[in-house]
Amino acid sequence: MIRIAVAPEPIDLAAELAAIEAGGAGGIASFTGLVRADDGVTELELEHYPGMTEAALTELAESATQRWSLLGATIIHRVGRMRPGERIVFVATAALHRREALDACAFLIDRLKTGAPFWKRERRGEDAAWVEAKVSDDAAAGRWGA
Amino acid sequence: MDVLYFAWVRERVGAGHEHVDPPAGITTVADLIGWLAGRSSGHAAAFAEPERLRAAIDQKFVPLDAPLGRAREVALFPPVTGG
Repeated sequence: MIRIAVAPEPIDLAAELAAIEAGGAGGIASFTGLVRADDGVTELELEHYPGMTEAALTELAESATQRWSLLGATIIHRVGRMRPGERIVFVATAALHRREALDACAFLIDRLKTGAPFWKRERRGEDAAWVEAKVSDDAAAGRWGA
Repeated sequence: MDVLYFAWVRERVGAGHEHVDPPAGITTVADLIGWLAGRSSGHAAAFAEPERLRAAIDQKFVPLDAPLGRAREVALFPPVTGG
């Protein structure tokens, strides 16, 4: 079962975990990304490419289910404006055993960083700056092969 | 074809999308970027450094040397920064 959501609403961790736990797995792995208050960031704005974003995340989740025996994969990404400390992304994977769930979860968040059309803009008071892509993110995505 | 812009590319162009009809001879994404750069000073600023751009054709990532073919929607944007 794949669940993808891209929306401005806050991410409800309890509801998302309960939903994926209901799939009969032996283990759930999850990753939650929060907005960091880097160098005085007061607000983060997330832009995305409607349509392509959902398609790219679905394709990513499908590639994880082909690579590992998963009973469920969830990717939730928030868009719009958010503040430091708020959840921006949530990934969860369900499998019979921990290793598959943990590896698939790491794969999904590493690949999401470089393989889905999102752009971050940081606001510091009145100033706004687009975040530059990191070479280390390409390396993290690349460690999972082609 | 429809051309979509995101992040600072959108800001510099001054629009999120536009419909364009490139002339014959514009056959790749890179050709399109070079041609679009001539449309306004905002376009010129957005497309001054093509190596900083990434692209998608019909909502699939492609390299800049990809042929446009029968593309209906081409998107131009900076490297992605989600997650």
